[in-house]
Amino acid sequence: MASGGSIDPMHQFEVTTLLPIQLGNYDISFTNSALFMSLSVLLVTIFLVGSTRGRALVPGRWQSMAEMSYEMVANLLRDNVGSAGRQYFPFVFTLFMFILFGNVIGLVPGTFTFTSHIVVTFAMAIIIFLAVTVIGFARHGAGFLRLFFPHGAPLWTAVILIPIELVSYLSRPISLSVRLFANMVVGHVLLKVIAGFVIMLGVFGFIPLGVLVGITALEFLVAALQAYVFTILTCIYLHDAIHLH
Amino acid sequence: MPQFEQIDTFVGQIFWLIVTFGVLYFLMAKVALPRLASILEERENRVSGDLEKAERLKQEAEEVLSDYQKAIADARASAVAALKESADEIAATSAKRQAEFDTQLSEKVQIAEDKINAARSEAMGHIKDVAKDVAAAATSKLLGTDVTDAKLSKAVDEALGEQN
Repeated sequence: MASGGSIDPMHQFEVTTLLPIQLGNYDISFTNSALFMSLSVLLVTIFLVGSTRGRALVPGRWQSMAEMSYEMVANLLRDNVGSAGRQYFPFVFTLFMFILFGNVIGLVPGTFTFTSHIVVTFAMAIIIFLAVTVIGFARHGAGFLRLFFPHGAPLWTAVILIPIELVSYLSRPISLSVRLFANMVVGHVLLKVIAGFVIMLGVFGFIPLGVLVGITALEFLVAALQAYVFTILTCIYLHDAIHLH
Repeated sequence: MPQFEQIDTFVGQIFWLIVTFGVLYFLMAKVALPRLASILEERENRVSGDLEKAERLKQEAEEVLSDYQKAIADARASAVAALKESADEIAATSAKRQAEFDTQLSEKVQIAEDKINAARSEAMGHIKDVAKDVAAAATSKLLGTDVTDAKLSKAVDEALGEQN
């Protein structure tokens, strides 16, 4: 892209400080990332609390959507974890809505997508990973280690199975965080690069513009799907911690 | 890639992630989710309550219908009974009257027959006298002899006896 020097597809991921805050040795400035996290919280709250203000017996459109998201996550948790997962419902629901709104808001041109930062997705993944591990040990004690060696397998297979299970377990936070991060980054870079083509091609820019429209639609799907995948994987990890395989 | 270059922003991002996520968790757990749960539960209760009510009303309607049908059947049965009773009564009365009429009639017939018989025997008596007179007159005129009364009455009796 020799002629597209002014178009930097990575520029959109830059974190810029809006309000510098220093806490001891740490820089906790209010950045664009923090702004969009707050916006996500605000919109989720407006969506769910505002729409249910009337507590209508026959729901309107907004209340209906709020109820659908509630039932969707509730069913997801029940199907994957069972009734024992009931107490984790607020966390799982918050996680889903937070990521979903972060992803979708990020698709609005000119905004910032906080889920496209590995530090954010990894922080969420590692908190889930640690919480799940703690829940597992709290429920089963040392028996939680059975997770690394399935029932009924011949004893000699332990040599192979235990390292494999251990590696797959320890790689969970990495795969969980990289999946969301990579999907968001790739989508946004793709949109930006193709948008650069629209400008470069001048009159013939309508061709990549058509492609851009299609990819934008696809990105909305990806935004919802990745929020869903992140949530369902959290549910599966919870299932493992509670029921051991 | 800013994601790997702006390392100095990591602490801030994690800090704000925890703060915003915590706020959202609090709002969801304390406000939005209990409200949604209560709305859904209320609706569930309302719907099942309405269904129950509908079932009860249906049962009541069926009871009313069966009561009505029973009442109709009872009324029909009693009407049939009343009809039969009055028909029997009429038949009995008419039979009684018929019997009374028959006896009266036979009495009257008897009386009439008696009268007829009396008149007849009376007439027969007169006929005998007349016949005797006629026979006496005829014999005296034709034969010129008088026949005794005893002979006459014997002859008349014989003649009448043949006729009878």
